[in-house]
Amino acid sequence: MFKKWLSRYTGNRNRGINPKGFHVSQIKFYVLLIPLSVIMLLPILFIFSSAFKPPDELFAFPPRFFVINPTLKNFTDLFAKLSTSGIPVSRYLFNSIMITLVTVIASIMVSSMAAYALSKKKFKLKQTLFAINNIALMFVPIAVTIPRFLVIERLNLLDTFWVHILPVLAMPVGLFLMKQFMDGVPDEVIEAAQIDGASDWYIYRGIILPMIRPALATIAILTFQAAWNNAEISTLYINDESLRTLAFYLGTLTSTTAGANTVAGQGIAAAAALIMFLPNLIIFIFLQGQVMSTMSHSGLK
Amino acid sequence: MRIREAFRTWLRKEGSAYGFLSIYALLFITFIVIPVLAAILLSFTFFDAIQPPHFIGLNNYIALITQDDIFMKYVLANTIQFAVLVGPGGYALAFILAWILAQLPRLPRTVFALILYSPSMTAGVAMAVVWKILFSGDQTGYLNSFLMSMGLLREPIQWLQSPHYLMPIMIVVTLWSSMGIGFLAMLAGILEINPELYEAAAIDGLKSRWQEIFYITIPSMKPQMLFGAVMAIVSTFQAGAIGVTLSGANPTPQYAGQLIVNHIEDYGFLRFEMGYAAAVSVVLLLMVLFFSRVATRLFGSGEEA
Repeated sequence: MFKKWLSRYTGNRNRGINPKGFHVSQIKFYVLLIPLSVIMLLPILFIFSSAFKPPDELFAFPPRFFVINPTLKNFTDLFAKLSTSGIPVSRYLFNSIMITLVTVIASIMVSSMAAYALSKKKFKLKQTLFAINNIALMFVPIAVTIPRFLVIERLNLLDTFWVHILPVLAMPVGLFLMKQFMDGVPDEVIEAAQIDGASDWYIYRGIILPMIRPALATIAILTFQAAWNNAEISTLYINDESLRTLAFYLGTLTSTTAGANTVAGQGIAAAAALIMFLPNLIIFIFLQGQVMSTMSHSGLK
Repeated sequence: MRIREAFRTWLRKEGSAYGFLSIYALLFITFIVIPVLAAILLSFTFFDAIQPPHFIGLNNYIALITQDDIFMKYVLANTIQFAVLVGPGGYALAFILAWILAQLPRLPRTVFALILYSPSMTAGVAMAVVWKILFSGDQTGYLNSFLMSMGLLREPIQWLQSPHYLMPIMIVVTLWSSMGIGFLAMLAGILEINPELYEAAAIDGLKSRWQEIFYITIPSMKPQMLFGAVMAIVSTFQAGAIGVTLSGANPTPQYAGQLIVNHIEDYGFLRFEMGYAAAVSVVLLLMVLFFSRVATRLFGSGEEA
C-alpha cells in the first residue's frame, strides 16, 4: 500500500516539463522557489502593511514590519489632502482612471487594426513594415524625450488630455504580439467569409476580433500598465496641475529628499502606492491565462 | 489618365490594408520615427532651445569623447556595470526561473509565476516609496534598524546618499522587478516544446538535465529567447531613471548612480544643451541596437543577423 503510494510520486510519471502532479524530484525546486518568492513579495507586503498602519505604529521605534491595529486612516487622510497647488487627490485619481480607460480601448483598436493588415492582408510593403516594427521593439522612449517634447510642442499637444494617450498608443510590442497571434488564425476562415461576400471591416470586427481575445487581453494589460503607472508624461508635457495623474502625485509624495523624510507622510504614500498597485494585480490575476497563451506566440525570428 | 487608372487598381487591391494600418502608422511616425530622426539631426547642431539650432558637424560627438570627463569617468562606466549585471544577469535569472517553473504542475506554477511577475507591474514610481522607507538613512530605516539590532552595524548608514551603496541598491531593485514580459514569454516557450523531443533524446542517450537544456530546450525556443533578450535589453536601458528616483537628485551623489539616461536629462532639461543631449541619446540608441544585434546573432534564425 505504502509502496504503491510512494511509487506514484517517485516513478516516471510527473517527471520533467509540465507535469500533471507532484513528484519527489520537484522538492528541490520548491526549496529554491519558496524563499525567493518571500523575498520578491516582501516589498509588496510592506506597502500593504504600511498603508493600514496607524500613526503610532509608523513612528514606532524600532520599526515593525507588520501592522498590529490596522486602520483606514491613511486612506481617508489621503483623500482629504490637497496637493500643494490646491488640487484634491480624487482629481488625480479621476484623471488616471479616465486616461487609462481611453488609452486601453484605443490601443486595442489601433494595434488590432494594424495587426490585421500586417497579418491577413496582401500588399507589397507588408514584410518591410513588419520588419520596421520589429526594429522598433528595441526603441527606448526615454532616449528621445527631448525631440519628443519638441514634436509635442509643435503639435500643440502640451497641456492637453490627449498628450497622455497618443504617445502610448504607438506600442511596437503590442502590434508585434497581436500580429503573431493573428497569424495563428487559419486563412481559410477569412477566405470562406470573402466568398460569402463579407466586407473587410466585417471580417476584422466580426471574425478576427472574437478569435484573438487572448491577444486583446494581453495588449489591454500592457497598455494598462503603461498608462496607469505613467508619471513622466505629467512631469514633462503637462503644466496644468489639474491634468496630472495619480502616478505623478505619488511621485511628489516621495520626492522629499532623505533627511526631510517625514514619517507621517509614509502612511499616506503607502496608501497611494497601494491604490496604484492593486489594479495591476487584480487585472493580471483575471487575465493571466490569456496572457500565457499569447506569449507562446511571442517568438522573434 | 493612366496614372489615375493605376492608382485606382492599387487602391482596390491594397487600399484597405493601408486603411487599417493608417492610424497606427501615423502615431508610430509621429512619436517614434520623427523623434529618432530629430535626435540624429539635432546631434549635429548646437541648440539651446531659445535660438534656432545651428549646424556644428561632429563637434558634439567629439566633445562627448574628448571633453566630457563625467561621461567617460562615471556615466559610461556606471552604465556598462549596470547594464551587464541587470541585462544578461536578469535575463539568465529569468530563463532559469522560467525553466524551474516549467517543472512544476499547473497550479503551483501559476502561483509562483504571479509572485515573480508582480514586482515588474509596479514600475518605478509606486515602489520608490517602499525603497525610500526600507533604505531610510537614519535609525528608523528598516535596513539600518535590522542590521543594528543584529549588531552588524553601529551607526546608521545613509544608503541612498552613499556613493558606495547607491549602485548596488539600484542593481538589486532593478533585478527585483525584472521578471517581466520576457520572463513570461520564455516560460510559455518552454511549455510549448513538444514532449516527444525529450523522449526521443532520452532514447538517443541524452542523460543529464543540463544536456537536455542545452541540446533541446534552448534550441527549440530560440524565437522566445530572442524576444526575451530584446525585452531585457530595452528594459535595462529604460530603467536608468532609478538612481535619480532613489537618491532624489540629478546628478546622483558624486555621480555614483549616474547612468546615460540621467546624463541626457541633465544636459537636456537642466542645462538646456539640447544638441549635446541629442548626441548622447544617439549613442544610447546605438548601444541598444548593438546589444540587440548580439542577441540576434546568438538566437536569431540567421536570416537577419
